[in-house]
Amino acid sequence: MLNLNKVQVGDNFSEKVVDNLTRTQIVQYAGVSGDYNPIHTDEVFAKEVVGYPSVFAHGMLTMGLTGKMLTNLLGDGNLKKFGVRFTNQVWPGDSLITRATVTEIKKGSDKTIISLEVTTENQNKIIVLTGSATASIS
Amino acid sequence: MDFNSTINIHTKGEKMSKKSMPIEKGHIMMFARAIGDKNSIYYDDDYASQNNKNIIAPPTFTQSSAQFDPDYFLRPKIDEPWFGSGKNPTGLVKSEEKANDESSSNNILHAEQHFEYHQPVCPGDILTPTSIPGEKWEKESKRAGLLKFSESITEYRNEKDELVITARSVGVVTEKTVEN
Repeated sequence: MLNLNKVQVGDNFSEKVVDNLTRTQIVQYAGVSGDYNPIHTDEVFAKEVVGYPSVFAHGMLTMGLTGKMLTNLLGDGNLKKFGVRFTNQVWPGDSLITRATVTEIKKGSDKTIISLEVTTENQNKIIVLTGSATASIS
Repeated sequence: MDFNSTINIHTKGEKMSKKSMPIEKGHIMMFARAIGDKNSIYYDDDYASQNNKNIIAPPTFTQSSAQFDPDYFLRPKIDEPWFGSGKNPTGLVKSEEKANDESSSNNILHAEQHFEYHQPVCPGDILTPTSIPGEKWEKESKRAGLLKFSESITEYRNEKDELVITARSVGVVTEKTVEN
């Protein structure tokens, strides 16, 4: 978790949020979220019916992985806002790193509001998600 | 964009309450596993109480409210045909008309997702989502042809009718399969 006494605008943080994403993890996400779209869970369908090279991850799995980095950095239950755009697909075998840069710090008497820009990129440095987050930390 | 106003007429104001979502400890644990998050706050009561907290749900957990939506079209329904592969690559007979239908789900992708958190989500809560369609717009893309975007705003309220999470989702229907 970040040190509230030392954090400054412009500080960068990063975490590897998945290494060699497996089809099984995508299926786990389908099962728990209830989104069983065959483009995520059914390689035969994804390739032969839709014409993708393979199944690919739910955008919300990428957002969930990204959120893990944010909660590790900002603490449990502190997020106030978290919004993203999905800019590229995430495929089995991808390894993702989430990077966050502090854009604003508002210090109050009992809590500090921190805003960050967030990106998640794959092993080829292709940005798969961009977004922002705001946390209130006591 | 300027063409929004005409397209929106038939969708504005169609407020839809969905089935309530009971927040369950096991569901949170499985969700945390699926996103590879080993944080004890998502499954360990002892850890949570040592930190004067409850088990809480991860920030994107309410996406799984789809489990409780009886009409959610991306979940197979018992005794209904499903469009994923069985003996054949697709379980549905695909007519030319169906393939050109905008509601054909093959090329629907999730473009954006935004959450505002008003209160933590904990086991025992019962959240009721209410969705309102938002803006619609179109954009031309080199990688996927004509893109048709549509927005939906969902408020999740607890059993005391307090606002817990506001979610804004943008979906996109692509003209063709996205090139990479």
